[in-house]
This record gives sequence, structure tokens and C-alpha cells, in this order.
Amino acid sequence: MPSISREEVAHLARLARLDLAPDELDHLAGQLDQILGAVAQVTEVAADDIPPTSHALPLTNVFREDEPKVCLPAEAVLGAAPAAEDGRFRVPQILGEEG
Amino acid sequence: MTVTTALPSFDEAIATYEPVMGMEVHVELGTATKMFCGCSTAFGAEPNSQTCPTCLGLPGSLPVVNKIAVESAIRIGLALNCSIAEWCRFARKNYFYPDMPKNFQTSQYDEPIAFDGYMDVTVDGVEYRIGIERAHMEEDTGKSLHVGGATGRIHGASHSLLDYNRSGIPLIEIVTKPIEVPAEVAPAVARAYVTELRELIRALGVSEARMELGQMRCDANVSLRLPDAPFGTRTETKNVNSLRSVERAVTYEIRRQAAVISSGGTIVQETRHWHEDTGETTSGRVKEEAEDYRYFPEPDLVPIAPAREWVDELRATLPEPPAVRRARLQEAWGFTDLEMRDVVNAGALSLVFDTVAEGASAGGAKKWWLGEVARVANERGVSLEDAGISVADVTRVEALIAEGSLNDKLARQVVEGVLAGEGTPDEVVAARGLVLVNDDAALGAAVDDAIAAQPDVAEKIRGGNLGAVGALIGAIMKATKGQADAKRARALILERLQ
Repeated sequence: MPSISREEVAHLARLARLDLAPDELDHLAGQLDQILGAVAQVTEVAADDIPPTSHALPLTNVFREDEPKVCLPAEAVLGAAPAAEDGRFRVPQILGEEG
Repeated sequence: MTVTTALPSFDEAIATYEPVMGMEVHVELGTATKMFCGCSTAFGAEPNSQTCPTCLGLPGSLPVVNKIAVESAIRIGLALNCSIAEWCRFARKNYFYPDMPKNFQTSQYDEPIAFDGYMDVTVDGVEYRIGIERAHMEEDTGKSLHVGGATGRIHGASHSLLDYNRSGIPLIEIVTKPIEVPAEVAPAVARAYVTELRELIRALGVSEARMELGQMRCDANVSLRLPDAPFGTRTETKNVNSLRSVERAVTYEIRRQAAVISSGGTIVQETRHWHEDTGETTSGRVKEEAEDYRYFPEPDLVPIAPAREWVDELRATLPEPPAVRRARLQEAWGFTDLEMRDVVNAGALSLVFDTVAEGASAGGAKKWWLGEVARVANERGVSLEDAGISVADVTRVEALIAEGSLNDKLARQVVEGVLAGEGTPDEVVAARGLVLVNDDAALGAAVDDAIAAQPDVAEKIRGGNLGAVGALIGAIMKATKGQADAKRARALILERLQ
């Protein structure tokens, strides 16, 4: 049984503002289904007596004092960006926010 | 938009429908560093000068939680009468938008650090209990500038520019339960809630909560229903960022939704934009469903399990509740209920408090902050704090009045001068030559002139008509450009004519 439907892939594409052709949707749905299927194999070995976990470490309350550290220089930060303008990261047009 | 003319009045709208509200308030904490890294949170720095691999989301970087931010969150939760989670986690909220370089926001999802509390607010002498659903920790996003379109909006922009200084600054999001109060007071209750929350946050000392600086931001959810019907579909009006706007935005949404439903339409679940200038909301994006964010537990941050001893320690640091503090200050200052409400609504409580603490009278402090300063702040569209006069300045003006160096009229000019950027009160006094003429030599000459110029008035006063003294004082004031000490002038006139 597929774990992700073609409709779900189309929905994700819409959220990501990706204009996918019908054959691309078929192709990606198949690929994503395989990936999810591979991950799902883990659930087969998890017995009922193993509680779900989100962290491998048995730790809680790892905190940092509220003390400022030195930041990266803006030139270095922007120098690593594909594009910059006026001291800011420049990104392509943002699609479909107001519509 | 032409729709406006078709809107029913607020009274017409609530004659048929009952509003249900929900408020979501984001508070930017006043910590020195960000939520998950040691970058400074100082306001006004050069763009992208306060970032590091963690808040830029660079591969291999790891977040570590700011302890003071957690303490602040717990203290806010306790002050809102919430339960504090014994164990909770952060989650990743995934979305497609460039304001977080990680491509997700680290937030809390189904395990908020504080939940199930309440806060009481008072409107027109009636107390309403606002249920608090949750208060959770998250991080702020970067700031976007949209270039190439009209009026800086995304729509029509050719590209956008990002400043990540703000990304990662600790935020506490406080969400109410559905607020069901009598329809006629609903907008006022919404405003009172945000006002009270702001005061609580300030009293806790966890943030200055200045709405005009974005340190406190409000989203207002509104839906309508017929009496006893299930809840209607809600809209969420984003970024309603002044107390007055909260009331106006809720009122507008009630009227707009009533118009839509009455004409047979349906309300779409969506976010709406608030327009301060027109007092209207316009449609934003259709709201994403929670599942669209594909929340999952943040694997890079271990759970938070506040020990009960720690929570009790933090409980012991809670300040006096704002309502109790207000009642105490009102009594100490001798203000009426109305005067106190004016001070609170003007957001001047701490300014008046500080001014009185510096030695001014409560009445004097109130008079300046709610009078001249408020007028100028309003004209310039800034807060009282940013009007250009300090607590020390106002205190000094009051001291100059108390020692008899200024009368009320001159003091007003001094305050005007300080607000106009002419310097401290003493500098304005010196530069404008605003000295109260009260030495008998200088004042005496003006008194003699006035008597000589109006012999008929002088005759009336000699005849016992003391009401006529005002005419001479008026002439003296005119001659001294308002700098005469009126009390002393009166004494000198009577000395000469009785």
C-alpha cells in the first residue's frame, strides 16, 4: 500500500510553490513512496514494549547562560550568500503570499 | 473599497450575531542573547551583523537553549495562573518562506511550557475572566524588505531582502481560549486584555513590551455565530500592533463578517491584513492547516523538565499583580478611578511612577505626560517614551515650578522646547530667557505701568472691587511676555491700591 498519495505530493508542491507537471507528480510520488517505505521498515522491528522516542540521549535541561558571544562579521556572512544587496540577503521573488 | 458603504454598524451587527474572539500575542523577550545562540539581541544594529552559524541555519551548527528565556517563559506562565509542564519539547515548524534561513521555525507545538491559566480584566467596572490556553516558547523570524513593487508589499515585488538580526530572538506566544463575552463589550475586552497583558509583562521585567517597536504583537481571531449556535468560521487578523487598533480591528471584523453572512455568503478561514490608515482588514493568504507545517520534535534540543523546586523559586520572584499595584498607586497618588484609567490607557503608568519616584508630584507628573507630551507624541505618531523628553526632564520642570522659578505658562514653554529638541529644561530656560519675574523691583515697575495705563480699573480696585485685579494682571502678563509671577503681581497691586 502506498504511504503517500499523488494528491499529497501535489499539495506539498503547492505549499512549496512548485509547478509540477502530471508526469512529474507520478514520478515523485513513486520515489517518495519508496523512501517512506524504507523508513517504515523501522516500525516493523519496534516491538510494543519500546516507547516512541525523539531523542537518543537521556538528557534534559541543557541550558546556556544569557551571555553574548562574538557574532560573525556581516561581510563574511553575506559573502557566503548567492546574492546580497544593501547589507541584506537577496532572495528571488516570493510567490503566492497574497492571493 | 466600495464594500465599506454596505457594512452594517457595530450595533446592527451584534443585534443578530455574537462574536467569539481569540487573541494570540507574541512577546519578544528582553534577553541579552537569542533563544538558541549567543548572538546579541540589541535593537538597531547594522543588518546581518548579529548572526552566527546557528541562527543562520548553517550545516553542522547546534542550538542551545537560553536559560533566562526559559525562566521568563515560566514566570509569564505562573503570572497567568498557568500550570507549568513537567516535561516538554521544542518542535520544528516547517514552511516555505525565506524569513528563517533554516527553512523551519523552532517552536513548541503540542507540549507548551505553560498551559491552562487565566487573567482577569476590567471594562467599565465589570470584571471578565480571560482563559489562557497556552504560553509557549519560540523564536522570532528575520525581517523582509520587498523591492520593486508598490508600497513595499510582496505583491508585485521583483525580489526580497533579508536581515537575520532578529531571527532567533526569543518569543513567547500567549494564546487565549475562546473569549465569549457580551457582544457590546467584546472589542473593549480585547483591548483591555492586551493592555493588561502588556502591563503584566512589564511588571515581570521580561520585556519592555513596546508595541510600536514590535516587542509585542497581536493577532486577533474573530468569528460570529447566532446565539447558542456552534462557533462560526474564524479569520485571523495579523499584526494589530497598538491597543487602539486591537479594538478597531475586532470591531471592523465583526461588522464585515456580519455583512458577508447576512448577504448569504460564507466566511473563509484566512489570515487578514490590518490597515491602520483606513481602519479595514483585507484578505491575506488562505490559512495553512497545522498539518501543513509538518511539525516534529526538534532532535537537536533535549527536552525541558523544570524541577518543581525551580518553578517554586521562580514563583517567589513574581511581582505584585498589576491590578493590586494599580489600586495601591491610585491611593498613594490620590487619583480618581477616571484619572487612573486615563493614565493606564495612555500607557503612562510606569512613566508617572518613575517621575514621582524622582520627586515630582503625582498630579504634576500626570499633567505633563498625559498633556503636552501626549499631544506631541500623538502628532508625531510615536510613544510617550520616544516623544523626546525624559523622566528626569519632567521631574526638573516640576521642581522649577515648585521652587517658584517657573509658572505654569512658562513651564509649558519649557516642555515644548525640550520636546522640540532644544535641550534639557535648564538649557531651554536659559536659551529662551524664560525666567519668572518675581523680584519686586522689576515686577513693581510693570505694576506701576499697568496702574498708570488703566486709572479707571485702579479706581475700581480702590473702591473694593477685587474682581478688577485680573485686568491689571493681564496687562502685566502681556508686558512681561507671560513671565510675571501672577501671585506676587497681585500682592503688589493690592499693596499699592489698598
